[in-house]
Amino acid sequence: MGRLILRRIVQLIPTLFGVVTLAFFMLALSPGDPARVMLGERASQARLDELRTQLGLDRPLIEQYGLYLSRVVQFDFGTSIKSGRAVTEEIADLFPATVELALAAMVFASFTGIVLGVLAARKKNSLLDTASMAAALIGVSMPVFWLALVMIMIFSVGLNLFPTGGRMNIRYYFTPITGFYLLDGFIVLLREGDPKYLMSALHHLVLPAVALGTIPLAIIARVTRSSMLEVLGQDYIKTAKSSGIPDFKITFVYALRNALLPVVTVIGIQFGLLLSGAILTETIFAWPGIGKWLYHAIEARDYPAVQGGIIVISTVFVLINLLVDLLYSVINPRIRLQ
Amino acid sequence: MDEPLLSIQDLKVDFSTNRGLVRAIRGVSFAIRKGETLALVGESGCGKSVTAHSITRLIPTPPGRITGGKILFEGVDLLQIPEPKLRDLRGSRISMIFQEPMTSLNPVFPIGSQIMDVLLTHTKMKKVDARAKALSLLELVKIPAPERRFKSYPHQLSGGMRQRVMIALALASPNPGLMIADEPTTALDVTIQAQILALLEDLKEKIGMALLLITHDMGVVAEVADRVAVMYAGRVVEEGEVFRIFENPSHPYTRGLLESLPSNPLYKETKRLKAIPGSVPDMITLGEGCPFANRCPLVRPECTLAFPEPTTLDTDHKVWCYAIEEEPVL
Repeated sequence: MGRLILRRIVQLIPTLFGVVTLAFFMLALSPGDPARVMLGERASQARLDELRTQLGLDRPLIEQYGLYLSRVVQFDFGTSIKSGRAVTEEIADLFPATVELALAAMVFASFTGIVLGVLAARKKNSLLDTASMAAALIGVSMPVFWLALVMIMIFSVGLNLFPTGGRMNIRYYFTPITGFYLLDGFIVLLREGDPKYLMSALHHLVLPAVALGTIPLAIIARVTRSSMLEVLGQDYIKTAKSSGIPDFKITFVYALRNALLPVVTVIGIQFGLLLSGAILTETIFAWPGIGKWLYHAIEARDYPAVQGGIIVISTVFVLINLLVDLLYSVINPRIRLQ
Repeated sequence: MDEPLLSIQDLKVDFSTNRGLVRAIRGVSFAIRKGETLALVGESGCGKSVTAHSITRLIPTPPGRITGGKILFEGVDLLQIPEPKLRDLRGSRISMIFQEPMTSLNPVFPIGSQIMDVLLTHTKMKKVDARAKALSLLELVKIPAPERRFKSYPHQLSGGMRQRVMIALALASPNPGLMIADEPTTALDVTIQAQILALLEDLKEKIGMALLLITHDMGVVAEVADRVAVMYAGRVVEEGEVFRIFENPSHPYTRGLLESLPSNPLYKETKRLKAIPGSVPDMITLGEGCPFANRCPLVRPECTLAFPEPTTLDTDHKVWCYAIEEEPVL
């Protein structure tokens, strides 16, 4: 197992190299001049040339690439053109917010999706099955930004149940400890016995997480259903039935463990995609995470920030895939031995 | 004669398909006494497996449906009792092993824990005791190094070993009464077949349980069965003690079956094997008469109208055939 993990980590290196290369050249070759963006339309040629030299933009592209590579290896993504802060620092500040949102969305999507899928498979062609699969189809078809807006209109503006944006009641003047507000709120609750931060963080998390999780939920439910249907027809399920194992246990232990393999793959892929979905959701819900930040960086042609953002999100995607692969071997003993 | 352990009376099972209603089982009756081996014989598609699966109501419903009859196990009609009661019987008093050992064990759990699960379902054993019992079961079915095999996954075992594990799983009960073995050796190669059959025989003696053996292999029947029920197209056509059936096969179909065997116990001198002319009838369009009528050498007008009542030939030998009086006694 240890060797497997090590081998997989070594295999990550070329992938990540490709990511960095793509991120660099995609932006370097796209039209527009970062120096011009920074200094504005009316800057003098002399000032422009000075900044180009300062940023290294006057050197040959391949040299810029080499320099960029050497800095990225040291986790240095350069300085944000817009804010003047180090990109690494900005990302580190914002990342917990995105991870918290993505995790919440994924937990919601996976749990609900798997339960719905299993129930639909057990009661195949029943009202529950048809209704939940129809709902799943609608869920898959909805664009996330539209859903987010509709949810704000209904639940925030209309029913006044949830806040329209942000991560915490601004009147609390909350200073984050870890940056994961749920965790922070919990720490405060343990230390001071005051649950208001935890409740407020949770309250703010519900709508964006549900909005972001709806599409993955729908996909997970459909995959779980079809996978369960296949597994429930297998001989070993018949064996379990003929051995008198209770139905509940057959469904949720004997069958689900087998049916989970394709579901885990889908969860992994969806988790990665969700990070890009977060760009829209975070923007709509004013969620101070990487997505919203990246959105503004793209808008402002803040090249170092965009490159850094792309690399970080891609790296997370790749790491999640690694995790999924390792999870496989935990779930499926047939893979473990190969 | 004492009360049979299992008695199936006039069982009827239908399946709805796209082409129409398939009346797969059309009134099957037979009985198994305590500690006895009954072989249910017939060709593929004759309803052997459906009959076996009906006993513990494991027919997938829909499309299948048990439409009539009684299945009495120790005097209780299994078709009438509620599902939870039946579940208590499955795996404890009535257990099953299947044709495909390769796919009949759950691939993601070690075999030891699968056996323990069944034990823990049916008894109030502690985990430690269940483990010990599971180990002793693996030993009982002659799995070498059971201690080491306990944590093995099914894919690490050969087909024969897996079938042994299936048998251990079927025996994972404090008081096994009946084992239903649905073609347990069909998927195994010949040497392993013999080992598994010997093991089943041996265990039956040791534990004193009855065995319902489903097979299409007359050789297997001759080797292990006490009694035989011959099935054809959803009906039992002949039932009786194994020696009487082999010595005096009275239904034309039974005779056809035996004549098609290479080591035919009836006609030792026969050089060429005989085949039964024609083919199995379509179960959707088949009428009420004897299903064998269209292939039978002794067919009479009444054969296609209604299925005959059983004729008792001997104390333990029944045949369902109109032509029985005319047949030459061999």
